[in-house]
Amino acid sequence: MTNQPLTLAEKVWRDHLVVKGENGAPDLLYIDLHLIHEVTSPQAFDGLRLAGRPVRRPDLTIATEDHNTPTIDIDKPIADATSRTQIEALRHNAKEFGIRIHSLGDIDQGIVHVVGPQLGLTMPGITVVCGDSHTSTHGAFGALAMGIGTSEVEHVLATQTLPLKAFKTMAINVEGTLRPGVTSKDIILAVIAKIGTGGGQGYVLEYRGSAIRSLSMEARMTICNMSIEAGARAGMVAPDETTFEYLKGRPHAPKGAEWDAAVEYWKSLPTDVGAVFDAEVFLDANTLDPFVTWGTNPGQGVSLNDSVPEIESITDPNERAAAERALEYMDLVPGTKMKDIRVDTVFLGSCTNSRIEDLRAAAAIIKGKKKADGLRMMVVPGSARVRLQAEAEGLDKVFLDFGAEWRFAGCSMCLGMNPDQLAPGERAASTSNRNFEGRQGKGARTHLVSPLVAAATAIRGTLSAPGDLDENNG
Amino acid sequence: MDKFTTFTGVAVPLKRSNVDTDQIIPAVYLKRITKTGFEDALFASWRNDPEFVLNQEVYKHGEVLIAGPDFGTGSSREHAVWALRDYGFKAVLSAKFADIFRGNAGKQGLVTGEISEEDTEKLWAAIEANPGVAITIDLVNKTATLMDIKVSFAIDEYTRWRLLEGLDDIGLTLRDEAAITEFEAKRPAWMPETLPVRTAGE
Repeated sequence: MTNQPLTLAEKVWRDHLVVKGENGAPDLLYIDLHLIHEVTSPQAFDGLRLAGRPVRRPDLTIATEDHNTPTIDIDKPIADATSRTQIEALRHNAKEFGIRIHSLGDIDQGIVHVVGPQLGLTMPGITVVCGDSHTSTHGAFGALAMGIGTSEVEHVLATQTLPLKAFKTMAINVEGTLRPGVTSKDIILAVIAKIGTGGGQGYVLEYRGSAIRSLSMEARMTICNMSIEAGARAGMVAPDETTFEYLKGRPHAPKGAEWDAAVEYWKSLPTDVGAVFDAEVFLDANTLDPFVTWGTNPGQGVSLNDSVPEIESITDPNERAAAERALEYMDLVPGTKMKDIRVDTVFLGSCTNSRIEDLRAAAAIIKGKKKADGLRMMVVPGSARVRLQAEAEGLDKVFLDFGAEWRFAGCSMCLGMNPDQLAPGERAASTSNRNFEGRQGKGARTHLVSPLVAAATAIRGTLSAPGDLDENNG
Repeated sequence: MDKFTTFTGVAVPLKRSNVDTDQIIPAVYLKRITKTGFEDALFASWRNDPEFVLNQEVYKHGEVLIAGPDFGTGSSREHAVWALRDYGFKAVLSAKFADIFRGNAGKQGLVTGEISEEDTEKLWAAIEANPGVAITIDLVNKTATLMDIKVSFAIDEYTRWRLLEGLDDIGLTLRDEAAITEFEAKRPAWMPETLPVRTAGE
């Protein structure tokens, strides 16, 4: 035992070390929870079969169907043959290797990163991996949660461990109080705009400060979710009473004496006083506006009150070239006020913003109003349970009365692997995480926004904040 | 995995930064359940553009990609590496790679060499002056040589060793199986378990 002060991430790493790497070899870390979905797993299971290897710990593994599942007519066979093949492969693999699966139509089905926390499987201080870059979501609990590739999925299935290279640590300090209409989504979009899409590369980010502490678990998940958009290995928030409160009583949360033992350990996890981060970033929550992207990577964002940037204002030649390409793709003219940009579609969903609080926040704004003429709004809950909860609260009716589509759970239009896609040239305000070229459909244009901005935009038809609404709208 | 020591092939300049994995292979191609046959999906949305570099006859059989910084960002899809590999690429050089992409590449035998932006520009200029020119990737000495230009690239030592030896990751880890079993015996009882299945309201 040493008394050297450690960060949260370093403690989790220390407590999962199986073999310390020597002579440049990576450390071998134990993996506590392995989440699986249909897209990045079939080739991993095939690899196991070829090598004649079993799944080492089916009891630490769980599968759900989310990426290319339809969000309407879920009782009918999946129309797209390749999607159906992939789903069937997952079902077959789960059965063959003894893995728990939540299939389309199951009450615990949903986006893998919504399902894990909901079941109480995601806990502080554990290691979580999934063949999906947004695994960083689970860092909101103080877990070390990382996206991995298919070869690594196979590796974890076979060994329940992963060789991992040491990382650096970065503190993202967010102090102050968010103004009304400003959310955790705006914090993370502002952070990425500040440090860039490669700014977090090689780092595990720890979100700290009074603004983070005051956020709910769901809001923290939104922030950690997009850590990967800054290039980071993972993003974390130290566990606290908010975390314990969220977890307590969930199906897989510890109970009785085990709960007490767990909480005692969890309380030892926050970064020690005197621990040193390799880098620090500061963001003032008091002055933050709603944020929105104008370009084709999540770092190309501005305050919703600003305009599309002038190319000359960008000094880095690579960034300038990227901005020029982005503006051409997005069909935007520098100097245009962000709030003058008209959108065709509003998408409320994805592992970033599809939880019950996101749906409640958007519903509160649109309640009793009508969507803008010609605009399409699609609401896709993150899980079957979120959908049921929303329906119990009457939110489905609010969305339907507004003129929105109320769908079944899945990744949906975030990445357009299922039929939920934008048409070429269509422009969307989307609560998802990526505005890459073609992400939401070939030639589709994406502006990343918070659920509040999504709701206000759906009313006005142009990118808008709730503060822009007055009695005459709706 | 085959051993990689040196390789010589046609150099392809991809003069873009921030080439994310959605550009390398769009999501619609991720529905396949095989691990090969992704060559048609590589840069699919750009392949319609006759000006795109791989559509130019001289680069069609490219085997070493020289790309702008922040290559492979975004989604963790290993299909991005498979698509590059299936198309015929053996190595990618860039000033900066996204972490997950670099990790995936190393596992599939695709070399990712980090070079300076200055060297990137130098190589681009030389290739454009001599389209179709070959480049030699020497993993033993960590150099890339194109005509009279010789640049050094960085790659982490462990990955380099594995590529040189052609070693499989899982086999390496299973040598430590006793340590894994020992670690498992000490895990606290409250750690999450997915089985037996529990659900809300029980």
